[in-house]
Amino acid sequence: METLFAILIGLFFAAAVYLMLSKYTVRILLGVALLGNAVNLLLFTAGRLTREVPPIIPAGMQALPAGAANPLPQALILTAIVISFSFFAFLLVLTYRAYQELGTDDTDGMRLAEPRDEPLPPVGY
Amino acid sequence: MAAPSSTPADLSAALVLTPPPLADWLVVLPVALMIALGAALMMIRKSVRWHGPIAISGLVLLVLLDLGLLWRVSVHGPVTMVMGRWLPPFGIAFTADLLGAAMALAAAVAALAAGIFALADIDAGGRRYGFFPFLMLLMAGVSGAFLTGDIFNLYVWFEVLLISSFGLIILGSEPEQIDGALKYAILNLVGTTLFLIAIGYLYAVFGTLNMADIARKAVGLRDTAPLVTLTALFVLAFAMKAAAFPVNFWLPASYHTPRIVVSALFGGLLTKVGIYALIRVAIMLFPVEREALSLVIAVSAALTMMAGALGALAQDDIRRLVGYLVIAGIGNMLAGVAIGTPAAVSGAILYALHSMATMTALYFVAGEAARLGGGSWSLAALGGIYRRAPWFSAASFLLFLAAAGLPPLSGLWPKVALLKASLDIGAWWLGAAILVSAFLVTVSLARVFLLAYWRPQPGLTGAGADGSAAAGGWRMSLPLGLLTALVVFFGLMPEPLLDLTQRAATGLADPAAYVQSVFPTSAQKGGVP
Repeated sequence: METLFAILIGLFFAAAVYLMLSKYTVRILLGVALLGNAVNLLLFTAGRLTREVPPIIPAGMQALPAGAANPLPQALILTAIVISFSFFAFLLVLTYRAYQELGTDDTDGMRLAEPRDEPLPPVGY
Repeated sequence: MAAPSSTPADLSAALVLTPPPLADWLVVLPVALMIALGAALMMIRKSVRWHGPIAISGLVLLVLLDLGLLWRVSVHGPVTMVMGRWLPPFGIAFTADLLGAAMALAAAVAALAAGIFALADIDAGGRRYGFFPFLMLLMAGVSGAFLTGDIFNLYVWFEVLLISSFGLIILGSEPEQIDGALKYAILNLVGTTLFLIAIGYLYAVFGTLNMADIARKAVGLRDTAPLVTLTALFVLAFAMKAAAFPVNFWLPASYHTPRIVVSALFGGLLTKVGIYALIRVAIMLFPVEREALSLVIAVSAALTMMAGALGALAQDDIRRLVGYLVIAGIGNMLAGVAIGTPAAVSGAILYALHSMATMTALYFVAGEAARLGGGSWSLAALGGIYRRAPWFSAASFLLFLAAAGLPPLSGLWPKVALLKASLDIGAWWLGAAILVSAFLVTVSLARVFLLAYWRPQPGLTGAGADGSAAAGGWRMSLPLGLLTALVVFFGLMPEPLLDLTQRAATGLADPAAYVQSVFPTSAQKGGVP
């Protein structure tokens, strides 16, 4: 199960990096969303994947039974999902505003903050 | 369904049963205060005239709290408080040591200066947009990052400060800002995601997220676990936050676009949070692994210094010039992390503290210079500031010297410490990079002074040339004067600060006191689970 997930996570990361290398902001955003999910899956797998043993301490025991999934990474994922969701929402709006204001979704065309023909500082009076 | 058991469970193994002493609350109060004020200001979002007074008094209180915390940590050693009474490593611990407390105090001072400056720089529209609530939440994130003792919690504070910084960077919504903000947002998000990946692997290896616990367990895991890979991931993530050389391109693309006070906050605080996290993880948690990566970090440090200094030389826009100076400073701090001896780390911490005050003030200077020198950001158009505002020019001159690392200002001492540390380990090329970059920074700032201050304003002759522009008022001169005074004071009297950073660096090299503060009863060290 872990091996399968490791391969899946690798594919997620590959797809995310491929999309983020694009020039177009929408693809970059999709890459960012995939990257967030790749990390969540990674955290999930790091906490052990088991179906049979619930992560509940049985009566009379002091610790989880061996082989139970660690519940903490799932709490981490929950936090990470909330954060990446809000960031994604913000980025989506920002990208749309950028598309409205700058009239393009091509990052090559977004040169307002760093103009292409920026003058050099004067060398003398 | 278990009946209420007749033998009550022994809670002392899991919970803190005695209430913490009142003074320990100082660890969480800075963060709690900022979150509460941020929420309160959000609720009275429409009554903008209350925002300024409330935010400024809050920031003054924050400075006092951080001062109290620093004093307590300096006298009694690291202080720890856990959330929800759960004992560490299960409860999230806030642990303040000298490094965290000193950084939090410097950040609070810089934020207070920025808050006062904002009273003049941010108009009613910007306030209605929520400048002050964002400022409070940004400071909650920054203070939390400096004071937390849990690495996942550090990630959460990174995100808190990042989302507030998004709000601040697009304040005004001009096309230029949206362009800069898009690059800033995406690259910083990728940086924090890398940080999260590293945390995932770290938890898989260690089974704990508490930094003191990690420091204890790293000793026993060193032979079997891929800790160098883990450290490399952390270094990459934090270098991205700090704008170190190969991953620095988001900074000059975005830091000059927002309002000048927002640039000042970002340049002063945010990159230093990255450096702080790097010091915390690379020096305190994984010192042996940092040794293995030392050369990589050192080369990146030297290139960062050169990229920053050369970039500053090539800029016509003074805000972008200051942005490149921020990057050059990051290179110096990275050099301290690369060398890693307590003397070098002390130099890096000192540089970070100095840089928080200086870079914030330099952005103020850029804003004021543009206003006084003809309403342009371009060096080609600025001029005549010296004649119009001699006192402001004197303060700018002192800050320029401080940024270049010339005596007798606070920039000198960390550079001396770092230079000596790099020569001590025989890394002459790193020392040379520090000196050459300082020289190039001097040249670029001297040119700013020559063109914008001494030169008469181009295209303006006769009566207009010496007509004084409207004075900035106390809201602009007070924060600038405050930061300049600090820079001069710690340049002339570096002894207390040097002593502080040396003790902070020693505390990082041997985190026994830090671990002791989180696990008071644990006598054994290096216990493997």
